[in-house]
Amino acid sequence: MFKYISKRLLMMIPVLIGVAFIIFTIMDFTPGDPARLILGEYAAQEDIDALREEMGLNENFFVRFGTYVKGAVTGDFGKSYRNNLPVSNEVGSRLPTTLKLTFLGMTLAVFIGIPIGVLSAVKQYTIIDNVTLIAALLLTSIPGFWLGLMMILFFSLRLDLLPATGIDSMKHFIMPSITLAAGTMATLIRMTRSTMLEVIRQDYIRTAKAKGGNEKRIIFIHALRNALLPVITLVGVNFGILLGGAVVIEAVFAIPGLGTLMIGAVRAKDTPVLIATVTCIALIGGLITLIVDILYIFIDPRIKSQYVKGSR
Amino acid sequence: MSEHVINLKSSVKKRSQLKAIFHKFKKNKLAMFGFVILVILIIIVSTAGLYLDYEADVETQDMKAMFLGPSWDHPFGTDQFGRDMFARIIYGGRISLFVGLFTISIALTLGSLIGATAGYYGGKIDNIIMRIMDVFLAIPATIIAIAIVASLGTGLINILIALSISRTPQFARVVRSAILSVKEQDFIEAARACGTKDRRIILRHIIPNAIGPIIVQATLSMATTILVVAGLSFIGLGIQPPTPEWGTMLADGKSQMRYYPYLVVVPGIAIVLAVLSLNLIGDGLRDALDPRLKN
Repeated sequence: MFKYISKRLLMMIPVLIGVAFIIFTIMDFTPGDPARLILGEYAAQEDIDALREEMGLNENFFVRFGTYVKGAVTGDFGKSYRNNLPVSNEVGSRLPTTLKLTFLGMTLAVFIGIPIGVLSAVKQYTIIDNVTLIAALLLTSIPGFWLGLMMILFFSLRLDLLPATGIDSMKHFIMPSITLAAGTMATLIRMTRSTMLEVIRQDYIRTAKAKGGNEKRIIFIHALRNALLPVITLVGVNFGILLGGAVVIEAVFAIPGLGTLMIGAVRAKDTPVLIATVTCIALIGGLITLIVDILYIFIDPRIKSQYVKGSR
Repeated sequence: MSEHVINLKSSVKKRSQLKAIFHKFKKNKLAMFGFVILVILIIIVSTAGLYLDYEADVETQDMKAMFLGPSWDHPFGTDQFGRDMFARIIYGGRISLFVGLFTISIALTLGSLIGATAGYYGGKIDNIIMRIMDVFLAIPATIIAIAIVASLGTGLINILIALSISRTPQFARVVRSAILSVKEQDFIEAARACGTKDRRIILRHIIPNAIGPIIVQATLSMATTILVVAGLSFIGLGIQPPTPEWGTMLADGKSQMRYYPYLVVVPGIAIVLAVLSLNLIGDGLRDALDPRLKN
């Protein structure tokens, strides 16, 4: 078990370096000189040359990347081109907000999506099922940011119930997290429904029913536990999608998170901030996938037995 | 007598797989609904030149006609520059559908090449290729696209490059697994025994048999791409104004939405319709291709 987790953690390192490398390479195509960007349009050529030397911009690509990784390991992601502050401070101060938003969104999606999916499967071909399916289809097709705009229009501008921007209280997170959750919720509803339908038809469920087991108990204890396995994988995968989606949602609600930081960095050509935010998002995504995979071991006894007995 | 023979023939004749899939798709009401919407959208958008004048209707600003509500002359009203929303929505649709189609074509081609190579040859090549794809897949597609846009700059061509690259790994993965599922089957072994060249085996035998999940992925992925383009344009990193694009229009209308809600309602509905139709078609195709759902 411990071996498995540490192996997975070690496997994340090359992926993260790869992520940094890809982003580093992409950003290397950016036209323009960072030194000129920092010093401004009218700086003297000597100053620019001196700064280039100081920043190590004259080194070749691989040396620069090596230096960057070496710094990044110790938590030094360089300084922002825009305000000369350490990037790690800025990323660190904004990360909690994005994490909070993403986790709230995922919690909503899981705790609303899965029960609705179960209900829809149990009541297959009824009105409940049909309405759920159509609602889920609509939710997957609605852009999150537009849903956000519509909610602002209705709940903030018309009814004046909820604040449209800011992060001061939990109330501020209601609309953003619902907006963020919508798409994933729809995916979870559909996935839970289809896996539940598959499991319900299995022999062991029929046996349980034939033995006169309580209907609810059969659904929740026997069926749901087995149906949830693929759904849990999907939850892990969707965390990454939610983190990506948060970028746009943060822009809609003017939330000072990683997303708005990233958009600002793109506009200002602030490469260090951009690389750090992207790598940070990949790191969180990777960690969450890992946590989900570990959870999987506890839920699926077949996999658990593989690792606990130390056969691998 | 001859009638009987014909009848017998037609009933015995085995329906080809493709026909069976098409038949099943046609019976799926939701999928057909999506198909009809998409066809109508494509017709409206591609014939726009016949009933709209790009310069006069889409580009020309008219300060006397600002914020006119929906009316007979302007079915969707006018925006803050007095431009007809209807014409802008139609031309915006052109861009969205074009970007979606183009991106998917490129990503599908690149992804198929990469995925087919990995899946067919297996072993070390597969390992190296798929580890690289894993790195790409560790970054959400939207964020790769943002990074590429940050480096290359905004604008239609750069958006196309950014989206194509960000979508390629998903296709590589789908194509690889589709190929793995076909590769070990007997008819491939037979073709190999006959001395058929690798390229021919991949193109003529493996891809046609593995194409189902790939088409489904392409359809659903086109839907996602349209959402991503709109999202990128909305945050100002996609198609730039004054070019009409649904996401750009939403960003433009956002500041005015308190007083003129139609500015943000209409483009959103356009996005939903386009994406919904593609999702319905994709789902329908998936159900039609699923042998477990054969009836």
